Amino acid sequence: MSTRWFGERVERREDDRLLRGAGRFTDDLHEGALEACFVRSPYAHARVVSIDATTALKAPGVHAVYTARDLPFGDRDLPLLIPHPALTNGRTQRCLAGETVRYAGEAVAFVVADNRYLAEDAADQVEVEYEPLPVAWPLETAAEDPANIAAELAQEAGDVTAALEQAPRRRKLRFRYERGAAAPMEARATWARWDAAERRLTMYDSTQSPTSIRGGLAVLFGLPESSVEVIAPDVGGGFGPKIMLFYPDELLTPFAAMQLGRPVKWTEDRREHFTAVNQERAQVHEVVVGYGEDGRLHALDVDFIHDAGAYTPYGIILPIITAGQIPGPYRVPNYRVRFRDVYTNATPTSPYRGAGRPHACFVMERALDTIARDVGLTRDEVRRRNLIQPDQFPYEVGVGWQDGNRAVYDSGNFPGLLEKALQNLGPRPPGENVGMGLGMYVEGTGVGPYEGAHVQVLVSGKVVASTAIPTQGQAHATVFAQLVADQLGVSPDDVTITTGDTRRFQWGVGTFASRAAVVAGNAMSVAAGMVAEKAKRIAAEHLEADPQDLELASGQVRVKGAPTRGLPLAAVAVLSNPVRYAFGGGTEAATQFTPKPRPGPPLPEGEQPGLEATGYFSPTGSAWASGCHAAWVRVDPKTFRLEILRYVVVHDCGRVINPTVLEGQIQGGVAQGIGGAFYERLAYDEQAQLRNASFMEFLMPYATEVPDLVIDHQETPSPLNPLGVKGAGEAGVIPVGAVIASAVEEALGVPITEMPLSPLRLFELSRGGS
Amino acid sequence: MRVNGVERPLPHDPRTLLSDHLRHNLRLTGTHVGCEHGVCGCCTVLLDGRPVRSCLLLAVQANGHEVTTIEGLAPAGGPLHPIQRAFHEAHALQCGFCTPGFVLAVKGFLDAHPNPSDAEIDEGISGNLCRCTGYANIRKAVKQAAAQAR
Repeated sequence: MSTRWFGERVERREDDRLLRGAGRFTDDLHEGALEACFVRSPYAHARVVSIDATTALKAPGVHAVYTARDLPFGDRDLPLLIPHPALTNGRTQRCLAGETVRYAGEAVAFVVADNRYLAEDAADQVEVEYEPLPVAWPLETAAEDPANIAAELAQEAGDVTAALEQAPRRRKLRFRYERGAAAPMEARATWARWDAAERRLTMYDSTQSPTSIRGGLAVLFGLPESSVEVIAPDVGGGFGPKIMLFYPDELLTPFAAMQLGRPVKWTEDRREHFTAVNQERAQVHEVVVGYGEDGRLHALDVDFIHDAGAYTPYGIILPIITAGQIPGPYRVPNYRVRFRDVYTNATPTSPYRGAGRPHACFVMERALDTIARDVGLTRDEVRRRNLIQPDQFPYEVGVGWQDGNRAVYDSGNFPGLLEKALQNLGPRPPGENVGMGLGMYVEGTGVGPYEGAHVQVLVSGKVVASTAIPTQGQAHATVFAQLVADQLGVSPDDVTITTGDTRRFQWGVGTFASRAAVVAGNAMSVAAGMVAEKAKRIAAEHLEADPQDLELASGQVRVKGAPTRGLPLAAVAVLSNPVRYAFGGGTEAATQFTPKPRPGPPLPEGEQPGLEATGYFSPTGSAWASGCHAAWVRVDPKTFRLEILRYVVVHDCGRVINPTVLEGQIQGGVAQGIGGAFYERLAYDEQAQLRNASFMEFLMPYATEVPDLVIDHQETPSPLNPLGVKGAGEAGVIPVGAVIASAVEEALGVPITEMPLSPLRLFELSRGGS
Repeated sequence: MRVNGVERPLPHDPRTLLSDHLRHNLRLTGTHVGCEHGVCGCCTVLLDGRPVRSCLLLAVQANGHEVTTIEGLAPAGGPLHPIQRAFHEAHALQCGFCTPGFVLAVKGFLDAHPNPSDAEIDEGISGNLCRCTGYANIRKAVKQAAAQAR
């Protein structure tokens, strides 16, 4: 009997070793490595006058102290990863700052010693003289200086000026979103070894893109890519910021390993993670919205500034995503959006789970709540009247998207999401100071350019498969095994998945933008499908059947309707590789004196040995996921403590591969959203110094702050990929700020135009404070 | 000090944290380090059966005590401990980095509170941070493990 694994709640295949403490995270590697630490700038903006490492170099156990001038690439600006014509004033960091530091936490020197304790001792003795410079901070102030504008981009669909003039009602609104931090439980780490005899560089890196790191290292060190191996082993959470090229350690651990002839490792501590790892989310939006007495949108005009931080290595992807996602699931007949990407003297920004979308969603949802109040509609009714209808796909938003194309929604059923969420939400709970929160979103997921996969059936009949994208907890070893198992007619237990190891698969991009299941998942399925076809071709000769009459099921290649006429997949794997020397494992069946089913060369012309295939998937556009969150929230009017009484998520990510894994992603995303909405705030002072760089003061939610969610699904398959899937990794986080704001506004009766909130901030707002 | 039932040496450098000693000297890398200031709970181990933050202890402070790390909870190659099994069945882990600390914190909690209420469970696991799961399935795992132990 053939079982279909797609859609099943298959238990995770990666759990056992993680539960036993037998996972392999980058810092778990040692192998006699020297250990390094950084000297980092205490100033947000300063000229580096001098660096003196003389004393540090004499400290016990020290092997090297590197500064910018010690590096052959020290005066080189690091790559601008995603160039864009509008980014006319791009600026990228150097590996180590030698002349100017532009944020507190920027790396200045790298100390390598016998162990981390000694490295930190020596780092204290590196003398750096700084001359402080004026600081660009906060965002609004920085935006006043034209020199701080990295990019400006304006887009318009329709005629906004005319539509606003003619609109029966108009409102001006202002929204402010502050910086947040992804804060994965594992900070970053790198471990590198140079094999001088083989001229081979091996690096373990907690990155979300080992292939890009490998490409960059090969360019930098003048090595063929085949001589550089980058492995992202178990990675303890990513959420975006672990994809960057380059964090300085990603160049310095391999450089030091090559220089010193010993493996070198570096592990970030939590304090430096707070300033050294990219952040996101700070934007200020000036909005004019025009609408009818019936609450229908006529025009939306948004002008926003985006906090780029000190450098723009990631280009202007974040504000581009925000601009593309503000309209969300709603029909905005006339839409104009302009943004300026603004340098500030704070840690650079790059995507953090949600990536430009939570703020976009906040703007639109807050605007709709305002309209509802203004025209006297309920919040659900104003949304109902403005939603794009199921027969309007593909739906063109009218502005550009992050893949270089236009933003076009491929599919969805937005009214269905809203009604389902309201049903699940149920009646208003009793009591005072209770508010309803409602927020809807779309998410363009699964951006290209492509991913690939290699699938091989071994002579044991077991299957190994690999893809370049790494894993940070998304259960790829399980869901990809399900996809492969379906194609090959085996159990997921027979399929071993390797991710993020360039030794196993060298072509690909990375894990970001809710793209792994969409892009790598489809590639897995394509590759496994190619293996299945090959298995049929080989088996057909031996079964004297037409390949089209064969099927793969129960570990066999067999004749449809005649299940006893078949060959085990293991035997087909043996036959796929004609051998002279039987090396065991049943391979005597493929030696030269066994009877042949057909004349001609042992390996048919055009065929390759091995029951394996490499397949790719390159999407034509994003697969747009969508969803609706609704909540009942109570706010204590004295302590301003937030109590989430009920939180409903209705989510549409197309066809669901594994509901258990999906629900885990959603619950985790919402938890991160709750943290970002009410607890987590990166508190910078006027000198752009981060004042709460610890978990003591940057408050992430514990179990006591996160409720069990009510999760419901809707499935509108994406027409843009064979599996019909859409990404789900980021969705949970996107509307939470908007939902909490909506609920708190009702519960307390004070307007909410900013994120994040906190008990203190609600106290101030309820007292009429600004 | 005894670690997972075996007498082990103390570090040469008296300033060595217990977490570093376990990870670097004894190569028991299942104890993870998430913040090194005692907030996240990733480095939780049992000291004489009670959960402690190994990043807030010097290794020498464990002199004369029994330390249990995640590697000592279930014998290698043998079946998982019921708490570990409950975590697996409830999908209570994603990246797995906080998991060893959670499992040992739950072990200490359930040993002291074999019949916990829902509120007690929240309180019992609220010394450990998880950034992936959103806690719902961890709650579920604790309930399941508690029910199974009864």
